[in-house]
Amino acid sequence: MNREHIVRSFSEELRRLTTLITQMGGIAEAQVETAVRAVAKRDTGLATGVMQSDARLDQYERDIDAEAIRMLALRQPMAGDLREIVSSLKIAADLERIGDYAANIAKRAMVLAQLPPVRPAGAIPRMGKLVQEIMKEVLDAYIDRDLDKAIAAWRRDEDLDDLYTSLFREVLTYMMEDPRNITPCTHLLFIAKNLERIGDHATNIAETIHFLVVGHSLKAVRPKGDTSSFALVNPADAPPPPGDDAAEP
Amino acid sequence: MRIEVSQRAMAGRQDGAVLRGVPNKITARAVNVHYGAKRALTDINLDIEENRVTALIGPSGCGKSTFLRCLNRMNDTIDICRVQGLIELDGEDIYAKTIDTVQLRARVGMVFQKPNPFPKSIYDNIAYGPRIHGLAQRGPEMDEIVRSSLERAGLWNEVKDRLREPGTGLSGGQQQRLCIARAIAVSPEVILMDEPCSALDPIATAHIEELIDELRENYTIVIVTHNMQQAARVSQKTAFFHLGEMVECDDTEEIFTTPRDERTQGYITGRYG
Repeated sequence: MNREHIVRSFSEELRRLTTLITQMGGIAEAQVETAVRAVAKRDTGLATGVMQSDARLDQYERDIDAEAIRMLALRQPMAGDLREIVSSLKIAADLERIGDYAANIAKRAMVLAQLPPVRPAGAIPRMGKLVQEIMKEVLDAYIDRDLDKAIAAWRRDEDLDDLYTSLFREVLTYMMEDPRNITPCTHLLFIAKNLERIGDHATNIAETIHFLVVGHSLKAVRPKGDTSSFALVNPADAPPPPGDDAAEP
Repeated sequence: MRIEVSQRAMAGRQDGAVLRGVPNKITARAVNVHYGAKRALTDINLDIEENRVTALIGPSGCGKSTFLRCLNRMNDTIDICRVQGLIELDGEDIYAKTIDTVQLRARVGMVFQKPNPFPKSIYDNIAYGPRIHGLAQRGPEMDEIVRSSLERAGLWNEVKDRLREPGTGLSGGQQQRLCIARAIAVSPEVILMDEPCSALDPIATAHIEELIDELRENYTIVIVTHNMQQAARVSQKTAFFHLGEMVECDDTEEIFTTPRDERTQGYITGRYG
């Protein structure tokens, strides 16, 4: 529906809401990117920045909520407009959670920077890159109201789950190898889990875009690749460590 | 999913009774209406399901009131009006020669935009219909009809002590409920409402809407309204009319969240040109 509202201020309000979501999405994207970089570069300055910026995302969510509630009360939106406003509430909530996960990654980056580096940390930027790609695709899909792009992003979450599961196994192996690895590896595990959860929220957004464009929710069951809940690594089965220097600084 | 819904809706249009378990009270097929040379309605096909509220929405002049008035042959009173097509009430052609329009209008009652009580007492406003239809004369039998009609219209407690006062002395909202009570008094099966709340304040409107919801248990209701929120609140089915055509009819929820036709979407979101 490209036609303008007879009441122009309503169209303007809807546009403003979309702009707020787009801006918030951009910030969330940057937060995730910076947090992952902070882990990779062991940069406490970057990490601090991410933790401080999280308040901005919270503020965006409050603004979007207030705006959406005001429009629901005053405009009594219908059909596409109604879906637009309800979707913005849901997307803002997902982006806010993504921001929380990014902040948590940053916090752990600070801790990791104090500890000797461990090899599995190398997998984090790889996961981070995939998460960022998915987020970018989802946010583009929101801006363009592009259903195909949203569904494509939604499917890619499976790859992320696979990466997470393999990282999970790898990290467990390192922990068994040397108890001194346990602290950094546990943090890595949480970071990976956070990235995996960010991916889940991105797929939520993809599903919301589906509802926004088509009018009903995405019915298909998303392929679930995260099998880490069932992962079991026995010390006896553990593959020989990739290198004896792995745990050494 | 989208296709599934529309197929179901289409199937429902053809045979709602079998597929949905709700029998059609009224079916309209290929209804065309002309006022003189001007065509007001074009090939309307619509099923009105029993014990449901069907809302007819659309911009002014779209033909929704004209269609409503076809359902109890109110258009017969307009000389230049010509109705073609088939309208069945319980499977019976209401435009057949054998149909007595007075009886038909007792079965299909009507409530208008402006409350129009007779310039009589509250009691006589209600008693008038049953009396001319020979349902009851005077005495306890009529008292009972008056009481139960006013009760069902949610007006009894407000007027029970002033039944002999003129109906025109009531407030607008009370007058409209009096008109609804008057329509109910002759035990209709269908109640047609043409903008019943447009002259009422929000509280009186809420009373009427609550009443409509209660009446649905015993009656089939068709309501014309310009107030989209009202259509959304009171109806289970909504039909959108535009330029004399019935564009889309579906479950109210569908119409107001996911209309299929661009024109419906444009109208209900306030983008209609």
